Amino acid sequence: MAKVPVQFTLNGSEKAEFIDSGTTLLNALRDKIGDTSPKGGCHQGTCGACSVIIDGELRLSCLTLAETCDGAAITTTLGLAEGGVMHPLQRAFLDTFATQCGFCTPGMIMAAKVLLDHTPNPSRDEVIEALSGNICRCTGYEPIIQAVLRAARANSQNAA
Amino acid sequence: MELRKNYFADVRKDDLHEIGQPRPRSDSPGHVTGKTAYFADRSFPGMLHLKMVRSPHHHARIRSIDTSEAEKHPGVVRVLTAKDVPHNVYTILILIQIGPEDETVLADGKVRWKGEAVVAVLAETERAAQEAAAKVRIDYEVLPAVFDMEEALKPGAPLVNEYHGQNYYLYDSGECRKVRFGDVEAGFAGADHILEQSYQSSPIEHAPTETTGCVVAPEGNDRFTCYTNTQAMFFTLDNTSIILQMPGSKLHFVGGTVGGGFGGKVDVIVEPIAILGAKLTGRPVCFIYSREEEMQISSPRAAEKVVIKDGVMTDGRIVARKVTGYTDAGAYSRHSPYGAQKGAGHYPGPYTIPNVWIDTYCVYTNRTPSSAMRGFGVTIGDFALEVQMDKLARLIGMDPLEFRFINAYRDGDMKAHRQPTEGAALIECMQEASRVANWPVAEKYMAMSSYAKGA
Repeated sequence: MAKVPVQFTLNGSEKAEFIDSGTTLLNALRDKIGDTSPKGGCHQGTCGACSVIIDGELRLSCLTLAETCDGAAITTTLGLAEGGVMHPLQRAFLDTFATQCGFCTPGMIMAAKVLLDHTPNPSRDEVIEALSGNICRCTGYEPIIQAVLRAARANSQNAA
Repeated sequence: MELRKNYFADVRKDDLHEIGQPRPRSDSPGHVTGKTAYFADRSFPGMLHLKMVRSPHHHARIRSIDTSEAEKHPGVVRVLTAKDVPHNVYTILILIQIGPEDETVLADGKVRWKGEAVVAVLAETERAAQEAAAKVRIDYEVLPAVFDMEEALKPGAPLVNEYHGQNYYLYDSGECRKVRFGDVEAGFAGADHILEQSYQSSPIEHAPTETTGCVVAPEGNDRFTCYTNTQAMFFTLDNTSIILQMPGSKLHFVGGTVGGGFGGKVDVIVEPIAILGAKLTGRPVCFIYSREEEMQISSPRAAEKVVIKDGVMTDGRIVARKVTGYTDAGAYSRHSPYGAQKGAGHYPGPYTIPNVWIDTYCVYTNRTPSSAMRGFGVTIGDFALEVQMDKLARLIGMDPLEFRFINAYRDGDMKAHRQPTEGAALIECMQEASRVANWPVAEKYMAMSSYAKGA
């Protein structure tokens, strides 16, 4: 099968890979590049566990072909901490007990980051809407909503 | 949250310093940074992908299996059928002497439910495995199927599982698990009211976000390391050892964080065939359920039917209870004989009833085999019992919480399955619930205790 070259930045680092045409970004990140923070829960765009940020927008990496990401800037949960210090969203998820099995957590954090990047002080309804594409089967939604609201408050306090 | 320490203050030390104090979860930093390793986060060079060819029929005889086209498909390394499995007929609970072995790893001559594994295809890529699986030709003779438990128990119903010989699990007590306590018919005869109701539930899928699977790596020392999301590590290790006729010392199971289980990952399903594939090819193998397989193939909670007949007095005492419970095991036992047995012990509920008669059946049908899920054997029973309690209270015009106080078991009461009640604390829990929910009950109930009868 013909290989296709693809280059993009992942969490600020340049990556270049030859992939099989048709490979999803999820499989390219996990199997070729070794970033396993996006999870494959359904491989059909319904659970949100594979969510990543591509050029500032929330995307399902299981429905995104890697070859369409040439030149893109991709962010995953693995790249959020800076200098060993957790991102405020990661800290908030930790502090509000917003994880149980943890499988949905990286996708939840991606969805929450895009929300806060666009809407620094969201309402509770806006948080719920932003997370509506991410399934938590442990059904720990309330602490997750609280984590996002807490991270938003921390952001606004830092800005003030 | 308020911690009330006044209950049972005289029977325990006041050393509950951890309750009410937040402590960080040890696994949470890994979860929020994306560093937690789940089984599927491991991959190995040259890893093969396993895809299963499954029965499209609920019940059928297999006339022939032709894997020749699949074997020729580019990328296919090995195709496995029943004859490749050293000990193909197994049952999980054989480890605790609950037999007979009644399930095939790969179907041999017959399929008993729609989705049953028949042929395993190992290929270089997931796509090649999928395409080759579609080229396996299986000739079936479709047989009559039965999907309803009561139909399955009727004479002349299609026989689901020949290893049992009848469509129910044969306990040492006979066709059902039985509890007999007092004289239930005398109880009914003396009751002011009789209420008989039937309750039914459908199968429930756990639907964890991480699907069932494992990754197997053959090691240089002739061992196999199996990274798995099983919830039942030692059941899986020991059953794999039996199925593959391989000493446990050759098997290195690595568990760890499970991406949601809820009881759905206690069956021994993916590991034996993946390890067999690794053994026969010398290559690492991954076998990971698709979302469709997780929803359609993995064991759900059993469908249940519970028929409850109660005799109750106008003063609120339940004087007799007769329960017939049916647990739909699907085509194979897995954990269901145990689930049905648990129900037998549980159906009186947390209530003291002097005359009890319970029969619980574990029934085989041509449905997806059911197994464990969060309190299986008692959860559906609790739903039925507590709805029944509300109906009984309404029948005699009594407050439903006060009705439960009257019947609550207390320390020293003999339960129907002959276990004396100890450490019940039900009265105290209901007293606290009454306060917190602002559902007041008469003062005499607030003065009751789990210790002293006659209040």
